[in-house]
Amino acid sequence: MIGLQHYLTISAMLFVLSIAGIVINRRNLILLLMCIELMLLAVNFNFIAFSRHLGDDTGQVFVFFILTVAAAEAAIGLAILVVLFRNRRSINVQELNTMKG
Amino acid sequence: MLFHAFLFYTFAAVLIGAACGVIFSRNPVHAIMFLVLAFFQSAMLWLLAEAEFLAIVLVLVYVGAVMVLFLFVVMMLDINVEAIRRGMTRYASLGIAVALIMAFQLVQLIWLRSGTETLPGAFEAYPEGYSNTKALGSVLYTEHVYAFEIAAVVLLLAIVAAITLTMRKRPGLKVQNISAQVAVKAKDRIRVVKMNSEKKR
Repeated sequence: MIGLQHYLTISAMLFVLSIAGIVINRRNLILLLMCIELMLLAVNFNFIAFSRHLGDDTGQVFVFFILTVAAAEAAIGLAILVVLFRNRRSINVQELNTMKG
Repeated sequence: MLFHAFLFYTFAAVLIGAACGVIFSRNPVHAIMFLVLAFFQSAMLWLLAEAEFLAIVLVLVYVGAVMVLFLFVVMMLDINVEAIRRGMTRYASLGIAVALIMAFQLVQLIWLRSGTETLPGAFEAYPEGYSNTKALGSVLYTEHVYAFEIAAVVLLLAIVAAITLTMRKRPGLKVQNISAQVAVKAKDRIRVVKMNSEKKR
C-alpha cells in the first residue's frame, strides 16, 4: 500500500539530497540554483501527498503557485547569472566578494 | 496493487538516483540532464498519486521551459568546469554527513507511528468520473482567483526583470532614434528659399 508516508519519505530524501548538493557544490552558482529547484520539488511532493491524504484540492492549488514562483525565480536568477558572468567572466561564488566592504 | 507498488519503487529509485547525479556530476550539462530526469520521474510519481494536472504541468513547464532555459545559460556561458570543481571535495564529507543525519531523523519521524497505530493506507481513490483538472480549475478560478492574478503579476514581473537585467547598450552601435524620427516636422527637413525670378539673358 503506497500512501502518505512513502511520499513523505521520498520528499525528505530529495530535500536532504539538495541540501547536501548546496554544501558540496558551493562554488558553482548554476548548480546552487538547480539544487534550489530540487528543494522546491521536494516541498511540492509534501503538498501533493497531504492534499491526497486529506482529500483537499487546495494543496494542489498551492503547488501550482509554487511552480509559478519557481519559474519566475529561475528566470530572474539566470538573468542575474548572465549579467554576473558578463561583468566578472566567472560564476565562482568565492570570487563574488565585492560587497564585503 | 502490487504492480502499483512496484511502479512507485521503480520511479522513486530512479528519482533518487537522478538527484544524486545532479549533485555529484562534474559537468553542468550532465547535471541538467539528470535534473530533467528527476523532474520527469516526479511527474510519474504525481501521476501515480492521481494528481494528473500538476504532473502534466510539471513536464510541460519544467522540463519544457525552465530546464531548457538552464541549458541555454550553461551552454552560453563559457565556464571553466575544472577550475570550479577543484575545491569540491573539501566540504563534501561534511555535507554528506549532515545530509545522512537529517535523512535518518526525518525518515524516523515520518515512520514513527507505524508501529503503534494503524498505518494510513493508500490514498482514497477518487470516485468514478472525477476529473482532477476540473476540480483544480473550479477551486482556482473561484476561491483562489485573487492569488491567481497575483501569480500572473509575478510572471509579468519576472519577464520585465529578466529583460531589464540582461539588456545592454553597446558603445558604437548605430541605432535609430525613433521618437526623433516620428516627431520631425516638415520645416526641419525642407528649407523653402524665397527669391525673385531672374531674367533670361
